[in-house]
Amino acid sequence: MTTIQEQPTKHVGQSLRRKEDPRLVTGRAKYVDDIVVHGMLHMAVVRSPEAHARIVSIDASGALALPGIKAVYTGEDLSDLLAPLPMAWAPPGVEVKGPDRWPLARGEVCHVGDAVAMVVGDDKHVVADAAQCVVVEYEPLPVVVDVEEALKDEILVHESLGTNTTHHWTMGGGDVDAAIAEADVVVERRIVNHRTAGAPIEPRGVIAEYRAGSLTVWSSTQVPHLLRLFYAVQMGISEDRVRVVAPEVGGGFGGKLQITAEETLCAWASKRLDRPVKWIETRSENMAVSHHGRDQVDYVRMAAKADGTITAFHANIIQDVGAYFGLLTPMIPELGALVMTGCYKIPNVRTDITGVLTNKYITDAIRGAGRPEMTHMLEVTIDQLASELGMDPIELRHKNFIAPGDFPYETPYGITYDSGNYATTLDRALEMLDMDALRAEQASLREQGILRGVGFSTYTEICGLAPSRAVGPKGFGLGIGLYESALVRVHPTGSVTVFTGASPHGQGHETGFAQIVADRLGTDPSVVEVIHGDTATGPMGLGTYGSRSLSIGGVAAAHAAEKLAEKCKAIVAFNLEASVDDIEVIAGKFALAGDPDQGMTLAEVAGCAYIDASAMPEGMELGLEQTLIYDPSNFVFPFGAHVCVVDIDAATGKVDVVRWIAVDDCGPAINPMLIDGQVHGGVAHGIGQALYEQVVYDDRGQLVTGTFMDYALPTAGEIPSFETDRTETPSPSNSLGVKGIGEAGTIAATPAIVNAVVDALRHEGVSYVDMPLTPLRVWQALEEARGRGDGPRASEQGVALPDQGEGSAGSGPTTPEGGAA
Amino acid sequence: MNVNGQPVESVVAPRLLLVHYLRDVLGLTGTHVGCDTSNCGACTCLVDGESVKSCTLLAVQADGADVTTIEGMASADGELHPLQQGFWDEHGLQCGYCTPGMIMAAADLVERHGPGPISEEDVRRGIEGNLCRCTGYHNIVKAIRAAADKMSEVPA
Repeated sequence: MTTIQEQPTKHVGQSLRRKEDPRLVTGRAKYVDDIVVHGMLHMAVVRSPEAHARIVSIDASGALALPGIKAVYTGEDLSDLLAPLPMAWAPPGVEVKGPDRWPLARGEVCHVGDAVAMVVGDDKHVVADAAQCVVVEYEPLPVVVDVEEALKDEILVHESLGTNTTHHWTMGGGDVDAAIAEADVVVERRIVNHRTAGAPIEPRGVIAEYRAGSLTVWSSTQVPHLLRLFYAVQMGISEDRVRVVAPEVGGGFGGKLQITAEETLCAWASKRLDRPVKWIETRSENMAVSHHGRDQVDYVRMAAKADGTITAFHANIIQDVGAYFGLLTPMIPELGALVMTGCYKIPNVRTDITGVLTNKYITDAIRGAGRPEMTHMLEVTIDQLASELGMDPIELRHKNFIAPGDFPYETPYGITYDSGNYATTLDRALEMLDMDALRAEQASLREQGILRGVGFSTYTEICGLAPSRAVGPKGFGLGIGLYESALVRVHPTGSVTVFTGASPHGQGHETGFAQIVADRLGTDPSVVEVIHGDTATGPMGLGTYGSRSLSIGGVAAAHAAEKLAEKCKAIVAFNLEASVDDIEVIAGKFALAGDPDQGMTLAEVAGCAYIDASAMPEGMELGLEQTLIYDPSNFVFPFGAHVCVVDIDAATGKVDVVRWIAVDDCGPAINPMLIDGQVHGGVAHGIGQALYEQVVYDDRGQLVTGTFMDYALPTAGEIPSFETDRTETPSPSNSLGVKGIGEAGTIAATPAIVNAVVDALRHEGVSYVDMPLTPLRVWQALEEARGRGDGPRASEQGVALPDQGEGSAGSGPTTPEGGAA
Repeated sequence: MNVNGQPVESVVAPRLLLVHYLRDVLGLTGTHVGCDTSNCGACTCLVDGESVKSCTLLAVQADGADVTTIEGMASADGELHPLQQGFWDEHGLQCGYCTPGMIMAAADLVERHGPGPISEEDVRRGIEGNLCRCTGYHNIVKAIRAAADKMSEVPA
């Protein structure tokens, strides 16, 4: 454990406006599609319209006849690749049966959008035309779309595997079955967490230039260093001859935490044709072949004593992995399982996970990655239990919270929560809510046909993905350690460049990291430039995902700056003929603690280090820069309480979110404005999933939600204003005390909405409704509760309504009502 | 046509979209493409003063028009337009990809609204044609309202 160091803060903690923004608001930022490389060709991909088929023949003659088309390549042409696309994270000690995923299909396609051929030519419009002229003959094969159907192995996605089940994994602590047998109350539910899309507004894009034995790639990626490593493995190019640049990246949300087929295709074609090759994803492609998220069917059981003490929680998770594995696919539910106990003391827990292949696109990490799913089932089930016990859900939460004095707290899984104060965030949220007023409004609105409900979610999550020993090959089984790097370089004039291995796509690292470094070096953030996303400039990095950038990368930058500050102090002490212990950062200078007028600015110190060696202590290395790799001792565990108030139109079932209160704790704030921004966006992502968004395939595996016409991202009209507040409980895991906030809002959001909707409908006899809470689904639940439904629509046990697709996994055969926003 | 006050003349293919003309022919890459179906609004610019999704218009349809893109919003001496300033001040952007289109849509919205404060409701309804995945819209709404106030103070 590290102690929190008091820093002479000036800029840390301030809501500084972002350094990134001037180029962004003036249209001068450079995303991949804004880059032109001389001699560049364009690529388009021919994709399968079949969900499962054998490729009989491919005729490219029509495409090749169009002007400027240089080549059409198929899977056979790429036989010189040394490795298929990677899956890098399998649960430790678990046998995982995964099919190889090649950039172009080899004989068989397994989902709609599977890449069959690529077309390369001079003009992007002609290349798109040419892709339409490639004639592919398919022999259709049987299709399985529903995950629970796929479990039966009657139709196989990959014949060669002999089963659709990729793996089973069980982890737990205590004795769940015994606790359930002894319990006073047991609640069982089937909870569907449906398939969603990351949907960054910038689709993916790649430019690859292979020139004289070196490969340079610009990609809209969250993980440039991992991509460089993979190019070396897959194409046999020495890593030192590969440079990957993530330029301005227009949102990621996990969707760009992937090693993609198109990245390989551009690089391979560039090498083959000796020309740069560019590919820009269309939105239709993005919906079909940028990985999806969620898609689990969860069977949960929660046991309690009559007084509300929760004694056990069990989740049986069926994970729809899609037709292949992505980079981290098998590990997604496991990541959630690590915080299965949430904010509560639950002595007996078990997670059983089954991965299942279907003829749909892969699922992988999307904002929260496993933790939203787990938090959803836990927080929804808590409310179901409260109802069963006839207890206030707030009281039930309070009763079972881990107390502030219990930290560090070891969960039954052996995970150690770093710090927390759960009751405080919930109490603050309640203060902001005014429950008495809300219940009065609820009563009066009912008379107008408006059903008002309030729902709560108290979460804790695991983030700051590191430490390398815990997550790496001998820990949780990731194929690489998760540390982070920083290189802080003070220039001769005293301005500073910080190179970070984190790779942001909207988060504001350039501002937050500059604040951290500036305070430590006694300078101003305006002269601290943060460079990211270029493997040719800084040391090895691991990228941005899992709310890890600040608590790993930011701490790396802090430590590097602190080491430099020590050197600066020694130089100043030498020049002032003072003791180094008396030198402190005071008012923008390294100055004598007792006599702050005596001191040197960073520029003056840099002058000594670079220009006048006689001003340096004897034997001290010249120059002023520091490289550092930081690997923490533990994860970090942010937490908070979210409250959602909904109004439901009883006549139509339409749900409106009318208030959202978020009290989050991610440790001491570096820049409160950036924290609020992450919470707003995170919650909006969760509202999208809960009410509007759903990736829908029909029963033949056709993607129904293939564009933004059918996939309903929420607009400004559907999202409320947010009421936010924070508490600050430092993490003992790092010297800044910071946690993470990028995913917290999304993790917290969906159960608060479901709980609010159920609160609004409970007096009508509705006890549970699955997401997405579209008007149709809510209205049907009301009709059934009022005895006007036809047939046994057993929403009581959380079974999906028949009209939503029987036994549907949310993305199985369903109606495209995700578009009903 | 005139683009950002400068006359431009080109011979273009009939099927070329205005957005591709702006980006690929004129090099004005601040106007972005985010979808295929005119839902996202990332390509919004002003054509004869009205906000238009430039992916819904052929370049030839804008023949003779006055087109303003995000690059034409700041003054010649680099002073930001009140909307650009508002987005910066209020943290109305994160990844920045939707931002140019959002600002252009807001410019038309504020212009149509006229002087005086603009309600949250009007702003939210007015930008429904522009999607943002990062901000949850909260600070975008604040930014536009703040800019509208500022634009009311200083008559153009």
